[in-house]
Order: sequence, then C-alpha cells, then structure tokens
Amino acid sequence: MLTAQNLVYGILVGGLYGLAAVGLSLVFGVTKFLNVAHGELLMLGGYAGLWFFSKGVDPFLSLPAVAVCLVLFGLFLYWLLFYRMVKLTESDKIKNTLLVGFGVSLILQNLARLFFTADDRGITTSYAGQALFTILGVRFPIVRVASFAIALICLVALHLFLRRTYLGKAIRATVQDWEAATVMGINIQRVYLLAFVIGAGLAGVAGALVAVGWSIQPTMGLDWTLIALVVMVLGGLGSILGTFVGGLVLGVTQSLTNIWPGGEYREIVALLLFLVVLVLRPQGLFGSKEG
Amino acid sequence: MITLEGIDAHYKDLQALWGVSLEVGEGELVALVGPNGAGKTTTLRVISGLLKPTSGSVFLDGRSLAKEPAHRIVELGISQVLEGGRIFTGLTVLENLELGAFGAKARKVKDQSLKWVYGIFPRLEERQKQRAGTLSGGERQMLAIGRALMSKPRLLLLDEPSFGLAPLLVEQIFQMITEINKQGVTVLLVEQNVRAALELTGRAYVIENGRIVGEGSGEALLSFESVRRAYLGCA
Repeated sequence: MLTAQNLVYGILVGGLYGLAAVGLSLVFGVTKFLNVAHGELLMLGGYAGLWFFSKGVDPFLSLPAVAVCLVLFGLFLYWLLFYRMVKLTESDKIKNTLLVGFGVSLILQNLARLFFTADDRGITTSYAGQALFTILGVRFPIVRVASFAIALICLVALHLFLRRTYLGKAIRATVQDWEAATVMGINIQRVYLLAFVIGAGLAGVAGALVAVGWSIQPTMGLDWTLIALVVMVLGGLGSILGTFVGGLVLGVTQSLTNIWPGGEYREIVALLLFLVVLVLRPQGLFGSKEG
Repeated sequence: MITLEGIDAHYKDLQALWGVSLEVGEGELVALVGPNGAGKTTTLRVISGLLKPTSGSVFLDGRSLAKEPAHRIVELGISQVLEGGRIFTGLTVLENLELGAFGAKARKVKDQSLKWVYGIFPRLEERQKQRAGTLSGGERQMLAIGRALMSKPRLLLLDEPSFGLAPLLVEQIFQMITEINKQGVTVLLVEQNVRAALELTGRAYVIENGRIVGEGSGEALLSFESVRRAYLGCA
C-alpha cells in the first residue's frame, strides 16, 4: 500500500514537473535561450498566488491572474535583458543566457527573501488535506489531483495552440528554420517574445500550484530549474507529450526513491536518470532528431 | 521595379559584394548567373533584407528598402525561395503553404492563393496532408516555390531551384517558372545551371567574385566569350 500511495503521489507531482518544464522547453526550443531563472519564475508565481490568497481569492481561481502577472514580468525581463541576445549565434546565446539567467536568479532570490522572508510558505485552503477519493486505502488528495488536472489542461491547451493556430504554426516554423520563417514574413523577434512570455506564464501557474499542494520558499528556484531541465531532456525538445511523460517518469522515480534507497537520494537518482537518458537516448524519450 | 545601386555587402569582415548594380523591370524574367561563391545568393539576401548592405541601396518602385526589416519586405511584395527550398519538414504541406500567406494582406486572400498554387502544382494538392519531410526532391522544390507564391509576390527571388534535381525535373521546374512569370510575377532567378538559365530568360547578369561582369539578353550572353569558356565548357 505504501508503494501504491507513493506511486500516486509521484504521478500527481509528475504532472506539475511537466508543466514546470514545458515553459523552459518552449523558450529553449524557440529562442535557444537557456533561461536558468525559470525556477525563479515559478517562485514568483507561487508568491503571487499566495498574495491573491491573502486577499481572499481561491488559489485555483487566481491562476489566470497569476499567469497574467508572470506574462507581464516575462515581458519586462525580455525587454530589459533577453532581447539583447537575439542576434547572437546559437552557442553564444546559450552561454550568455546562462550567465544572465544566473544573475537574474540570484537577484530574484534575494529580493524574495527581503520581501517575503526565508520561511517556507504554503497556501492552506479550507479543503486542503481532504481526499477526493480513496481507493483500497490509497488517497487522492483533492488539491493535488486538481493541480495535476490543471497541469494537463495547460499542456493540452499549449499543444492545440501550437498545432491549430496561425501563430502556433509560426512558432513551430521558427523553431525549425528561423531564416525560412523570416522570408515567410514572420517577425521572429515577436515569435521569440511570445514564446518567452508564454513560458513565463506557464511557470507562474506551475509555481502557484506548488504553493497550493506543497510549499514555496525564496530559494526553491534552483531545484525547479533543475527539475525542469531534467524533464526537458527526458521528454525531448519539441514534444509536449514527451515533456508531460518525462515529468511523470521523474515524479514516479523520485517518489519510489523515497521507499528505496531513501528520500535523501532523490536528487542523485534524478540526475542519474538524466545522465542515462543523455547517454542512451540524447534526443529524449519522445524527441525526434528533426525537431 | 527593383533596382540595386552600388551594393557592397559583408559577412562580418569578409566583403562579398562590390558595387553590385542591377535592375529588374515589371514582368521580366531575369537570371543572375555565375560560379559558386560569386555572390549570387548574397545578392538575393540583400534584396530580401536578410542581409543589409554596407553601402548602396535597394529600391522597390523607387522606394528605398534600407529601413525595412526582412519580414516587412515580404509584405511589400518580394518573396524569396531560399537555396535548397528550406521547407518546414516537420509541418504538413498545407501548413507550409499557409505560412507562406502569413502577412495580413496575404492571409485575407489565402484560399484564393491556395487554389492558384494548386493550379500550378497539382501534386501539392494531392500531398497536402502529408508531412513535408516525406516529399521527394522535386516536390520539395515545388512546395518551396508554392509557399513563396502564397504571399502573392510581385517579385519572386529564386535561389538555385534546379539544385540537386534530375535533368527531367529541372526542365519541369523551369517550365513552371516560365508559367509563373507569364501569370504576371516578376522573377529574378539565380542559377549555376548557366545554359538552362540563359535559354530560359529574357535577360541575364553574370556575376563573378562579387562583381557584375556582364549583362545582356540570354542569347547574347550564350555567345559571350568568357561565359562560354567558363560555364559552358567550350571555347
């Protein structure tokens, strides 16, 4: 029973891992910006959710508002820093965005500590702790099931956006060949900006969900960036389904680690998984070489 | 319609074009021929705005394109087929064509343009649901040209449309280009396949080492001494 319960918790948190990773993956796929401050965007989303909750807004209802806040913040970050790197070559982009990302992440961490203190916080709703249902003694906590469902909805929505809309197709075209996209009349600067702010918005939603089902603190960003990176590599670039499954794989692996060899090995096991996939299947579980 | 005046262009420190001037009139089919690395592709990139010249200007109907970014130039009526076609292999044939009509004006008449393109390349209609990556070489080139036509261009820039195709297909593609030109689209064609290009077009420029070294009617250039020696392998 302990195993089954762990498995369920692993799957439920895994959906959130997928949501946390898909923003990073989208931004990296489109712009080749490796934004290591992605975890800090989650953190800000968490505090935004907390703030709305303190004003009496249910955390699930405030999610769209949190997303908007983070989109605006993403816009600000892009305008302030990232757009300067658009013209660089791919490898220079990765190097420079890594540096800038680390800088941003340090600044945001410390600002968060200043404004919100270093304490662990969480959103405790009146229905927190209730189980949606219990099967054979395995609990499905309502908050986490809802988080999982919302993560899934966001991923499906993103998938449909990329497949069905003109703008989504322009994004996919830009990923494949930005120069060919340009001669189609696509303003790739706009596409970059769009991908970046969508990534930020999704990170915000993920962060708010973390605050509801788990807990947040100013230094959580690095852990989540790492999780997102691992999931991005697991799932393979350019595949949203892959990212989702990658999240589940990581979530389940981590939760099974709790049983053996023990919770303190979680990060090691996650990174081992990361390395194994990199060596055996560098394009990820679902990625294709064509992108 | 399009005029280049004294274009110098650089890739970083390397100068690729030296004072290139040329002109293509409304409705013309003009070829730009020359050996590998002569600056043919660079010239097209300057016209389409992918590369901004270091000096000199490009005029479209007398209006300078210096300040226009590449994606705007498409909306002004200049559409480029990049070397190798560069279709979006991960997208379907139809999606590729739809993206060709990305600009606001072109999007409004998308369905009409699609009919037009399918009329020229019926094969694309048969394959519209397929992933573009599954197309054959000839079909890819048709898709690349069809995609460029979706923006309803006045001027079509074609970069080596015959590259890598079997002789029979080359002939077909060239026939289609002539057809497109007859329907009112001005064409500037870059080719290494000099004889075929010169036979096809009314007028041509010869470019060497980044400089225009000859200009004239296709027939005249075919008898042009240096062209014969250099590209046609006969003295």
